[in-house]
Order: sequence, then C-alpha cells, then structure tokens
Amino acid sequence: MTAVLEARGLGKKYGRRRALSDCTLVIPAGHVAGLVGPNGAGKTTLLHLAVGLLQPTSGTIAVLGGRPAESPALLGRVGFVAQETPVYAALSVADHLRLGAWLNPGWDNDGAERRIEQLSLDPSQRAGKLSGGQRAQLALTLAIAKRPELLILDEPVASLDPLARREFLQHLMEAVAEHGLSVVLSSHLVADLERVCDYLIVLAASRVQVTGEVEELLATHYRLTGARRDPASLPAGQQVVQASHTDRQGTLIVRSEGPIHDPAWTVEQISLEDLVLAYMSQAGEADRVRRSGLGVVR
Amino acid sequence: MKGDRVIEFHLDTRSGVAPYLQLIHQVRQALRLGLLREGDQLPTVKDVVARLAINPNTVLKAYRELEYEGLAAARPGVGTFVTRTLSDASLAAHGPLRQDLQRWLAKARRAGLDDDSIEALFLNTFRAAAAQDIA
Repeated sequence: MTAVLEARGLGKKYGRRRALSDCTLVIPAGHVAGLVGPNGAGKTTLLHLAVGLLQPTSGTIAVLGGRPAESPALLGRVGFVAQETPVYAALSVADHLRLGAWLNPGWDNDGAERRIEQLSLDPSQRAGKLSGGQRAQLALTLAIAKRPELLILDEPVASLDPLARREFLQHLMEAVAEHGLSVVLSSHLVADLERVCDYLIVLAASRVQVTGEVEELLATHYRLTGARRDPASLPAGQQVVQASHTDRQGTLIVRSEGPIHDPAWTVEQISLEDLVLAYMSQAGEADRVRRSGLGVVR
Repeated sequence: MKGDRVIEFHLDTRSGVAPYLQLIHQVRQALRLGLLREGDQLPTVKDVVARLAINPNTVLKAYRELEYEGLAAARPGVGTFVTRTLSDASLAAHGPLRQDLQRWLAKARRAGLDDDSIEALFLNTFRAAAAQDIA
C-alpha cells in the first residue's frame, strides 16, 4: 500500500524553538486521518511541511511519494485548506470558481457549480460577505473541485458552529465516498474527528505520541482499575500510557496487543477521546520533566 | 420501482457502540419490524455518509458484515439490496404484546415509578430471565 504521507525524523525549529521534533509516521492511502493535539503541539507546522509551505530543519517528508511541492504535477495532486478557510474577500463566489478553473488543469467545474447550488450560495455574492460556515464550504468546494488525491485540511471546523461543523463534515465525507480521495485533517478536539476518521495521529509537545488505525487503537487500549500496585509489575507487552491512583485504588490506561486476563483488574474498553487524552497528558508530563531537566543542566 | 430509499440511519456517538455495529443493528431491527423487505435497496454509501458525516469505510464495513450474514447483497454499480427478511410469524404477535406492555407501563406509573425506575426494573427482570434461560 502506498503512503500519502511519510515522515522520517522530521523536525522544524523556529529560531531556537522546536515546533516539531523527530517526527516519524506513515499515513497509508485510502484513509481519513485525524491529526489531533493541543494548540501549539505542532499540527500546523506538520501540515505546512506536508504542502511545502515550510522546509524541514531536519529529517525528510514525502507526500504521495514525492517531495512536497517539488513539481506542478505533484501540487495538482494535493489539495490544501488552510486554517480559518481563507478565501478572497473581494472576489465573488463565481470568481472563485473561474480562478480555480484557470489555475487547475483537472478542474471539475460541473461538480463545483452543482455544489454551490446545493449550498444555496449566490454566485454573485462577494466571499467577504459569506458567513463562517459558508466560507468554509466555499473553500472545501474549491479544494474538492481540484480533484486532488490527497486533501489536507488545517483545523477546518474549529471556528464553526455545530450545525455548520456537521454540514462541512457531511460534504467532506460525501467527497471521500464519491472520489475516494485520502484526507488528513487536524483538530484540537477529538470529538470533531471521532465519526469521520479511521486513522489517528496524536501530536503533543512537538512529538508524535501515537499513530495507527482507529479500530486497532481502540482494540488494543484498556482501562484497568483495581487495588493499587506498582505499574512496573505488569507483564511484558502491556505498556502503561497513563497511571493514576489513590491510596488504595489504581487506574491504568494500558496498550496491550493481547487480551488482559489478570482477575485482579477490572478491564474496560476506552473511548477514542479517553485514549487521546491519556497520550496527551503523558506527553505533557514528559515535556515538563524534560524542561525541568534542562533547567537543572543550565 | 424498487430502489426507493426505505430507511434512514442515525448514530448515537455516546452509546459506546461502534458506529458500524449501530448501522447493522438498525438494519436488523428494520428487518424484524418488517420495515425492510427482500429486494429493498439500502441507502447508498454516499447517501449515508452525506447524512451522518461518517467515514465511508464505516458504512462499507457494516454492509460487508450484512452480506456475510446473508442479509444483503451488493450489486456492483447499483447498490446493496436486502436478500432476506427477518420478520416472521412473530410479527403478528407484536400488536397484542405492545398493548400488554402499555397496560403494564400505566400500572407502573400509577404505582409511582418514574422513568428510571421503570427502565431499571425492566432491564433487571429481562436480564434475570435471560440468565435463567441460560442456566
């Protein structure tokens, strides 16, 4: 299976600040991949590296098998909707379609016009006068009409109200079903992505914390509760993601390829949201330790 | 013409039940209630994702599972169709049973039970009876 995105030891620094460190991941084709992480985790940096708006400081990144933006041909195969879904405020909706047709060789004008009609957008309306939801829908219509193999969206629904959010994701999923394109989209809220994503990348503290198919992640993560005991006493193959305890009780989130039979634990499946939060808080702690460690060295 | 859409799916994301299982459950339920019959077309993948904003693979997985169970069959380029029905003679018994249940509910309310208590009592009795059947 070919990868739509492949990063090896990818890093990006802004001056002395690390925005992304040692990022290694492979996103296979045919997925809707969710890139989740808190604000400032490096999501936008990773996506900008993927579309060639930024150059890596270290490591490599390949998109659809090529260096991002290496050629017009490759640019034509990748669609990108930036954060806040920018459009040209002074241009009309129809102007945007004309511009798209002019700039993109594979432009699907019928599809774009049909979509504008379905959305009840007035073609003569200036884009600057559209609501946030309409603007996002226009940006998505343009990105889909380009007929990319890979569509990258940076926090596309973050600023939308719940209804606009749902409508946006409906439109996006319809395009995935119709054209079979691969999607990578970021969000700081896993709830936004739960229904649409079948592949997940958790990015926190500028590092990839976990990545994989959603179904597989859910099948291999458990919440264990029971009498408090040393997490190090767990059998090999059970990796602790998060541990918390009171004087008596211990709660662990663990990753385990095999089922957990130890009768001392109450074993539960966890939701995608709990899984993501467990990795995020683990990353937060590791980051604090690293920083305080640096403080000592200085 | 057959091929009119007969059912619409919905999704409860807080239930903890995997979305593809929810879709399968809804098809089975519709078959049992006689809402879906042999030859009916299930909503197309595109229709379902456009309505529910879910990943197309979720729908494909549900439909594959229904095919595997022999409840549906895909006709390439056309859609997925129901091949069997689950409603049987028991469907005729639904009406009287529902009436019994309504009477029972009215009685429970008169006895002062609220919704939660009624649900808990029903589920408890249901589970106890199921456990007895197994034993």
